[in-house]
Amino acid sequence: MHLVGELSAVLATALFIFALYWMNDPKTARRGVIAGVVGMTVAVLATWIQPEIIHHAWIVGAIALGFVVGVPLSRVPLTAVPQRTALSHAFGGLAAGLVGTAEYFLWRGGSATAEMTHFRMSALAAEVILGFLTFTGSLMAAGKLQEVRWIPQRPVTYPGQNFVNIGVLAIAVGLGVAVAVHPGAPWAQQAFLVIAALALIFGVLLIIPIGGADMPTVISILNAYAGLSAVAMGFVLDSKLLVTAGAMNRSFTNVLFGAFGKAQPALAAGEQKEWKQETVEGAAQLLEQARNVVIIPGYGMAVAQAQHKVRELYDALTKRGIIVKFAIHPVAGRMPGHMNVLLAEANIPYSALVEMDEINPEMPQTDVALVLGANDVVNPAARYNKGTPIYGMPIIDADKAKTVLAVKRSKKPGFAGIDNELYVQDNTWMLFGDAKAVLSDLVKQFGSGGIH
Amino acid sequence: MSDFGSMLFVFVLATFIGLGVIRRVSRLLYTPLMSLTNAISAIAVVGSIVVTGADHPLTIRILGAVALFASMTNIVSGFMITDRMLKMFKKQ
Repeated sequence: MHLVGELSAVLATALFIFALYWMNDPKTARRGVIAGVVGMTVAVLATWIQPEIIHHAWIVGAIALGFVVGVPLSRVPLTAVPQRTALSHAFGGLAAGLVGTAEYFLWRGGSATAEMTHFRMSALAAEVILGFLTFTGSLMAAGKLQEVRWIPQRPVTYPGQNFVNIGVLAIAVGLGVAVAVHPGAPWAQQAFLVIAALALIFGVLLIIPIGGADMPTVISILNAYAGLSAVAMGFVLDSKLLVTAGAMNRSFTNVLFGAFGKAQPALAAGEQKEWKQETVEGAAQLLEQARNVVIIPGYGMAVAQAQHKVRELYDALTKRGIIVKFAIHPVAGRMPGHMNVLLAEANIPYSALVEMDEINPEMPQTDVALVLGANDVVNPAARYNKGTPIYGMPIIDADKAKTVLAVKRSKKPGFAGIDNELYVQDNTWMLFGDAKAVLSDLVKQFGSGGIH
Repeated sequence: MSDFGSMLFVFVLATFIGLGVIRRVSRLLYTPLMSLTNAISAIAVVGSIVVTGADHPLTIRILGAVALFASMTNIVSGFMITDRMLKMFKKQ
């Protein structure tokens, strides 16, 4: 029996590595999903057939409920994918926290099989802290992304916030250390519950100061915490499978944000220049006369669900022999890769989606850059203004294009009130309105003979 | 009982494998990658099954069943939405 368990763990690990490996190319990526499903099935069945598992009805019931909730969650509109992802981090954290709590009380009750070493107890404390803070933190993030009414969208800050946050975490970790040193002490049981409560509170405190534009970072970090809580569970349960799977997934954040500088919070102050507004007719003419157009999508496109209209514009322009490319910033939207998925949904071929580093050298030769609901990722202040929160973030060089057309929802400054000087450049023309409505009007110009 | 050293060894090696593999993932696919890693992180399901299914006190099994439900939701929705998104990526 033991051998079957070990072998299936090795098999599942190998399949998970292949699952991630095949994601390196859209052509093989779906094979990766199959590898993942097979690996997971092997791991579940190998655990289930162990002789100590006797309450089969409970397992069947919980798994069935998982399907009942999981299937509809997989069919959300693609604009809601960031919320679904945050919600699944919450579920992952909850599972780790609950299993950790159960393990501790099993051991206290004398029915645990393995002895409670200091090391296992430390891992258990880490599992519970990471699990529960990921649970509430991700719920808050999901609520912000879904724009739930009673969760503030704007960052909530107050004096001494960092002090309070670090204090809460420090108490939780301190108690964790105390419990790890004396796992069997009479007070350890209460201390354990306090740790869990503090972790739940810390998750909320961690997310309230964060606004929508930072969500790609936050989601990636919570993804890493969910992976790490699985690692900690692996240490507790002595499972190499859990340690491996969790540790591999944790790497995501390192890969994505290794290149990003640390931002300094402050506000930019500059002379106010006026933006110039363009009509839809004028914009259509500019596009019509271009030889090449680069479209830079952002969260505004997602909010307006404008991806299908983008496709119509793409068709109208390419039909006229204009070369159209999409410049994709790594953190445009509300999660990494958000724009790619929306554009793929609208049937735009992925060969037209170009990464920031590849498109930037082409920007000076670009006739028209069409900024579509993107803001921070095209703000030139990120290059030199140390006072802005986005200083040091690589941007798409929209400002270097010959002409810039920017579609923007409102005339108000963007998130966090940072002015975007791209909008007031001499070669920039603004189109105010909902991205979908503006694009609709633009496409009509091409269709109804408004343009000859 | 577990060998602390060997588990740490596994952790370090797995981190390097993860870095190596994920670094090669096309940036195009970061959103599906995230939902795939969600599903794979739900390997915590293994722990939930043991807590739920073994002959433990009722309260413990309830904790386990909630954890099992949460993990299973992630596995099902994670793999299904990943596949749904990947189907949309077409070269031409």
